[in-house]
Amino acid sequence: MAGDSRNGEAGANFFGFMQGNSRDWLMGSDGSSRNVTACSPEERKLELRLGPPGGEEFWSTKEHEKKISSRGRDEALASSSYFSHMVPAQTSNNSLNNMNTGQKFSTASTAKASAPNVSQKRTAPAPVVGWPPIRSSRKNLSSSSTSNLKPPPKSQDVVSNKISGEKPAESTGKGLFVKINMEGVPIGRKVDLKACNSYEKLASAVDELFRGLLAAQRHTSHSGKETKQEEEKPISGVLDGTGEYTLVYEDNEGDRILVGDVPWDMFVTTVKRLRVLKSSELSAANLGGNKQEKRSLESGPSSR
Amino acid sequence: MAYSFPEEVLEHVFSFLSSERDRNAVSLVCKSWYDIDRWSRRRVFIGNCYAVSPGTVVRRFPEVRSIEIKGKPHFADFNLVPEGWGGFVLPWIAAMAGSYPWLEEIRLKRMVVTDHCLELISKSFKNFKVLVLNSCEGFSTDGLAAIASNCRNLRELDLRESEVDDLSGHWLSHFPDTYTSLVSLNISCLASEVSISALERLVGRCPNLRSLRLNRAVPLDRLAGLLRRAPQLVELGTGTYTAELRPDVLSSLSGAFSGLKELRSLSGFWDVVPAYLPAAYSVCSGITSLNLSYATIQNPDLTKLVSQCPNLQQLWVLDYIEDSGLEALAASCKDLQELRVFPSEPFVAEANVALTEQGLVSVSEGCPKLHSVLYFCRQMTNAALISIAQNRPNFTRFRLCIIEPRSPDYLTLQPLDVGFGAIVEHCKGLRRLSLAGLLTDRVFELIGTHAKKLEMLSVAFAGDSDLGLHHVLSGCESLRKLEIMDCPFGDKALLSNVEKLETMRSLWMSTCSVSFGACRLLGRKMQRLNVEVIDESGDRPETRPDNCLVEKLYVYRSVAGPRLDKPNYVWSMEEESPELIRS
Repeated sequence: MAGDSRNGEAGANFFGFMQGNSRDWLMGSDGSSRNVTACSPEERKLELRLGPPGGEEFWSTKEHEKKISSRGRDEALASSSYFSHMVPAQTSNNSLNNMNTGQKFSTASTAKASAPNVSQKRTAPAPVVGWPPIRSSRKNLSSSSTSNLKPPPKSQDVVSNKISGEKPAESTGKGLFVKINMEGVPIGRKVDLKACNSYEKLASAVDELFRGLLAAQRHTSHSGKETKQEEEKPISGVLDGTGEYTLVYEDNEGDRILVGDVPWDMFVTTVKRLRVLKSSELSAANLGGNKQEKRSLESGPSSR
Repeated sequence: MAYSFPEEVLEHVFSFLSSERDRNAVSLVCKSWYDIDRWSRRRVFIGNCYAVSPGTVVRRFPEVRSIEIKGKPHFADFNLVPEGWGGFVLPWIAAMAGSYPWLEEIRLKRMVVTDHCLELISKSFKNFKVLVLNSCEGFSTDGLAAIASNCRNLRELDLRESEVDDLSGHWLSHFPDTYTSLVSLNISCLASEVSISALERLVGRCPNLRSLRLNRAVPLDRLAGLLRRAPQLVELGTGTYTAELRPDVLSSLSGAFSGLKELRSLSGFWDVVPAYLPAAYSVCSGITSLNLSYATIQNPDLTKLVSQCPNLQQLWVLDYIEDSGLEALAASCKDLQELRVFPSEPFVAEANVALTEQGLVSVSEGCPKLHSVLYFCRQMTNAALISIAQNRPNFTRFRLCIIEPRSPDYLTLQPLDVGFGAIVEHCKGLRRLSLAGLLTDRVFELIGTHAKKLEMLSVAFAGDSDLGLHHVLSGCESLRKLEIMDCPFGDKALLSNVEKLETMRSLWMSTCSVSFGACRLLGRKMQRLNVEVIDESGDRPETRPDNCLVEKLYVYRSVAGPRLDKPNYVWSMEEESPELIRS
């Protein structure tokens, strides 16, 4: 396992680490180690950077900055990790900006941390993938309520609502998550149908979920260069066939059907997977037959 | 060895060793003990499915009856491991299908299990009894139907937090009418409705059923009917706990609950309507384990329910319990051993409930047997952590999450180093620790100095330099799993502790300051370590300069060598690309 010629020097350092006095580098006296860690912390602190100096947030921001300059292809990656975290993705900026917002979160939070008055109104922290450390099943538990941006119901309200047989809209119950894929976007998402409640809201959720990703995708596939010029076009007309894309779903029998063909409640009970397909490539041939006719022959979906 | 005991005697003696570690030690004594252990080992635990190959395990232990295997890193729970990463169980099932015809138990965690795997399981093992799929994915209800159809001696089917492709609830009807051996069924993760009548028949014909955890789709008005068929239940997870308030439903439910004389564990309560909670009060005095972490009830109902359970040992609950409820818990539940408090609104910055550090202080004061805590809150102080540590030196697991990263002590605005330092200093038996809040390298120095029994450490948004990681790796002698996200830890600390990594099961570092060069070096020099970089950019490893930082790094020891089922975005640092070696 002798190091090859290219890495011989680094290899020597490596074994120096292993055998030598490990305190050496802690005192900052081991200059030779720089060969391994091409950018030592000391060097990096001296570099120009975005954002205010002196915080730990420097590291994450710096890292991404670096990647972008060295690769120029990071938007897709950044947006994928950024978007995959939360259902309601931001749509106003392009994905590069979104990514920066996410990374600057740490700056903001450090500043906010000094004023931890619990009653103070603050905006929700920008999402960081993996934080807070909660399983996705628990995210589902809360997501339907957070998406409504309402405080949790007081228990009396819950009682009265439940007794009258109505489910409160902000029911903090588990959402109904369905996988959704868009043609031309390699990253699949999930959408909470309970939070949508109607075809219109579903359509806008599709826009929210994929607009940035789609732009990023086009951007990377069309030009390798880093330009922020690429406009994010809203994804519209997915329900009535007037847009570039059309929303279809696969039901529990594996049939592919246009979204909007059946009443919303029936749709929710039968949908298994959603797909956003190019309208131009959609033909009646790859869609299922008249679903309602078929339905009426079966025992209807149970009411619960 | 001429005067050694006969093999049969030794084998009998060894059979009293239940701990894996003791068995491992026994096998190292001499060749004959190795062989005796080899042929008598019935249970095997594989902490990482890539640490050893299925073939090796099957050859080493030919008579295994029970196997437990873990797959993906723990951070996969929090969305940090991309889809398609690996953790496939198929190679294991295939190897065991040929070698272990008498295998009885398979327990998997964070693994990808396909319907094909389930079918293979259902047909390969003649006396198959236990299938536990914890946080697994990749299979559908069709696979479950195969298990139900073919495993005539199945006692336990537990799907816990698995993500099942839920095609239909019909799979449950595949248990044959002659099937009566079910002891434990957990379908709480399934979304679709199961046939209630099929469920009722199944529950009714299995006299040994002890544990039944339903899914949310089971309506409340059908619960009573199920419970009447299984008065012997020890563990119950209800379905949805909401219905129109009708006196007949309420009284029928109350009656059914009061028949459950053996009940010790209660969970479920989705969509709970407080008005129906009194139906369960009759069983509360016997309850030792209560999981209300999916029950969105608030005070006073929540505290009232908890206070009905004086023998509680384990409580999982949402932060709706608030400080006042935890104070009541501390006053009434003196046997409490484990407490988990989950956030009801994890993505909202401002506090939506009155849950602070004080609640945890109260419980640490009032519950002398408390040794395991997972606590999500929004503020903490060093003083609180110090009193918690002094109150409960018996902690073995202490996991704190302050929702906002890098929150300091909110009274003094100091880092929480001293508070966590007190935890590790007082709790000598601490095995698992998760840190949160504003932390400097100082806390890692304290951890390295005091946490000698620590086996698993989770860190996020903490530390100032390599020094922090170095303290942990060089000081925590029992450390087996270390997971780190968003910390400024880099190459120096990693490379100066490479030998330590070989003694650990795994190390995860994401968004830290480790360079490609260091990973390459690590992978090339350490034969027993698999060094994997996860890079989703779509690039190739050879395009990355050595000084570029890696996004995600997963290092684990393995005697199997680099794995062969990597997706394109996992780059194995042991295998250098030809271009790189030539250059």
